[in-house]
Amino acid sequence: MKFVDEFRDPAKAQSLLVEIRQMVERIRPKMNRPLYIMEVCGGHTHAIFRYGIETMLPDEIELVHGPGCPVCVLPMGRIDDCIAIAERPNVIMTTFGDAMRVPGSKKSLLTAKAEGADVRMVYSPLDALQLAKANPDKEVVFFGLGFETTMPSTALTVLRAEAEGIRNFSLFCNHITIIPTVKAILDSPDFQIDGFLGPGHVSMVIGNEPYQFIAQHYNRPIVVSGFEPLDVLHGIWMVLKQIDEGRSEVENQYRRIVPEGGNAVALDAIGKVFELREFFEWRGLGSIDHSGVRVREAYAAFDAEKKFTMPAVMIADPKACQCGEVLKGIIKPWACRVYGKGCTPETPMGALMVSSEGACAAYFRFGDIEKIRSRRVEAGIEEASA
Amino acid sequence: MSVVDPDVRTEKPVRARLSAANVTLAHGGGGKAMHDLIDSVFIDSFDNALLETMEDQARMSLSALMRHGDRLAFTTDSYVVSPLEFPGGDIGKLAVCGTINDLAVGGATPLYLSCAVIIEEGLDVELLRRMVRSMADTAKAAGVAIVTGDTKVVGRGACDRLFINTTGIGVIREGLNLSVSSARSGDAILVNGMLGDHGATILNARGDMALTTPIASDCAALHGLIEDLLRAAPGTRFIRDATRGGLATVLNEIAVASKVGIDIEEAQTPLREEVKGFCEILGLDPLYLANEGKIVCVVPPGEEQTALKAMRAHPLGSESALIGRITDGRAGRVSMQTVFGGRRIVDMLIGEQLPRIC
Repeated sequence: MKFVDEFRDPAKAQSLLVEIRQMVERIRPKMNRPLYIMEVCGGHTHAIFRYGIETMLPDEIELVHGPGCPVCVLPMGRIDDCIAIAERPNVIMTTFGDAMRVPGSKKSLLTAKAEGADVRMVYSPLDALQLAKANPDKEVVFFGLGFETTMPSTALTVLRAEAEGIRNFSLFCNHITIIPTVKAILDSPDFQIDGFLGPGHVSMVIGNEPYQFIAQHYNRPIVVSGFEPLDVLHGIWMVLKQIDEGRSEVENQYRRIVPEGGNAVALDAIGKVFELREFFEWRGLGSIDHSGVRVREAYAAFDAEKKFTMPAVMIADPKACQCGEVLKGIIKPWACRVYGKGCTPETPMGALMVSSEGACAAYFRFGDIEKIRSRRVEAGIEEASA
Repeated sequence: MSVVDPDVRTEKPVRARLSAANVTLAHGGGGKAMHDLIDSVFIDSFDNALLETMEDQARMSLSALMRHGDRLAFTTDSYVVSPLEFPGGDIGKLAVCGTINDLAVGGATPLYLSCAVIIEEGLDVELLRRMVRSMADTAKAAGVAIVTGDTKVVGRGACDRLFINTTGIGVIREGLNLSVSSARSGDAILVNGMLGDHGATILNARGDMALTTPIASDCAALHGLIEDLLRAAPGTRFIRDATRGGLATVLNEIAVASKVGIDIEEAQTPLREEVKGFCEILGLDPLYLANEGKIVCVVPPGEEQTALKAMRAHPLGSESALIGRITDGRAGRVSMQTVFGGRRIVDMLIGEQLPRIC
């Protein structure tokens, strides 16, 4: 495939790996632990596992799979609310594919659908708007979720619904924002990340400026990276180069997509429709201030939270889950108490087992854990018995 | 090859005429309407002497069957595809090819099929006629006869337009014992061409993706190809058609049943550019997409080149490829060398493949 295969070239990967090894050799004597690099975005996690990138890196580099899977971090209470709306007679609930499987406290949207709720998968919120036009006697609700990547299309849909006066469309807004969450991780007492791969598609919307505090106040390199395997490897190379040269800056590996200042039109639409919530609950990370958005009062007519009553009960994560520690890189997924036991992709207990972008599900499906573990034991990073 | 018993009458009888434009509950009621439907749509298309007798069962001569081998192969499958017609095929062609393939992958010569249909009231009679003709044409081309059947009509909403069940009978020749548990370390894994075409076509044809991708289903009857393969590589251990769950699922089934490891190479796995692009956009993994004309074969070392040559010589195998090997690695584990140079596990699919959101 043109413009894709070029970014999967194994020969180029090998030459990057040679230089990565050289840099690690130089950095290594200054560290008494592995180098922790966090990819913030779930899209990166997926690419890392899909192409086996972790198996190609030197043992001294440890990838920490961050909080950027919006499906994973949705708390159960919000899913319960969504299902409560979906189960109302006369409602067509629409959402993206991945969100259908996320378990609430009792069931997922897929189960609700099997029990008779009208739940439909769409590829764009505009498809939901089309459904609303085609079914004027039904209430069509779009279960909106995702970071700044998906926020603009939801915002534009609300704006179009208003412009066209489509009153039977509303949005159940679960959009979240990445910066406060990265900050929460940076501020956590057990923080030990040496550098970040920044989220490419979020940055396409918000630009690179919002990450400056990571480089300036926390002295950590961050490289906004693309999603092809060579992008990810190149991003890791750029992070290491900064560490090697003692720099901490915001760099842009994904120049072909990410403009420095982001996308003004998209930001304008987001600003028109959404405002920050005081706080938002994250599965695995708890409540984080200003980390979610809601629909502004001016568009209340399209806000499902105002249109429908719902239980709005907060459901605590199962006690045995250690999602938070995995998200922050303190433990590897398989070291979690319930990994592969109570918690599997078929019956996920914790957030990270839900979507293929979640670290635990990715290890479960794609990861050669025995091999990674034995290498870590050899390298003295992990103890032989666990 | 004529498989029907030779007690055939020759002149074609006059068929009942069906004037209705849509199927109604009356067509399933057992009366004249039902007889007219069966006679005008099914008997007329399937056109064979066994069916013509209008008995409640098809009667086949055992001695004729025994000329083909020493064991019966018996299989059944139901077809509920939506849409009913798609690029490269339709539910009728699928219902015949699918059951033929289920017989053929066991090494059986497919001989007879049954055809049971469940029709939702209101179905366009012309559409039904088209699907039945498609079944008849496919069966005729494949040299099998549809010799018994059943028709039911259900109320609106009780089924989705048209469901078809076909049951197949074939005969396995003496000495041939293909088995999913017989793969051994060093065996080669072959496929007969581009993977994922059917799955991508159906998703595309449903139209809710708002994509226009020029792809067609690979739906085909593979018994001819399999016959050629088995002649060229008589040591062949196992064949399975990679239908629902795709290549990845079949490989996992082999690894578990034979208690072996499997290593495949992504770069050797045949995928059409269009299917790759379709999967890229939607966040799907083509290894899990359904096929309706693709087999996965396990062939012992030493026979892989003759097997590949025979498969490539057949029109349904011109893009055949050797994609990997059975290993003495961890039993039940399928791993893949990625195009990028890394290695990953190829697991069984959990639930339905759902697109990722971003």
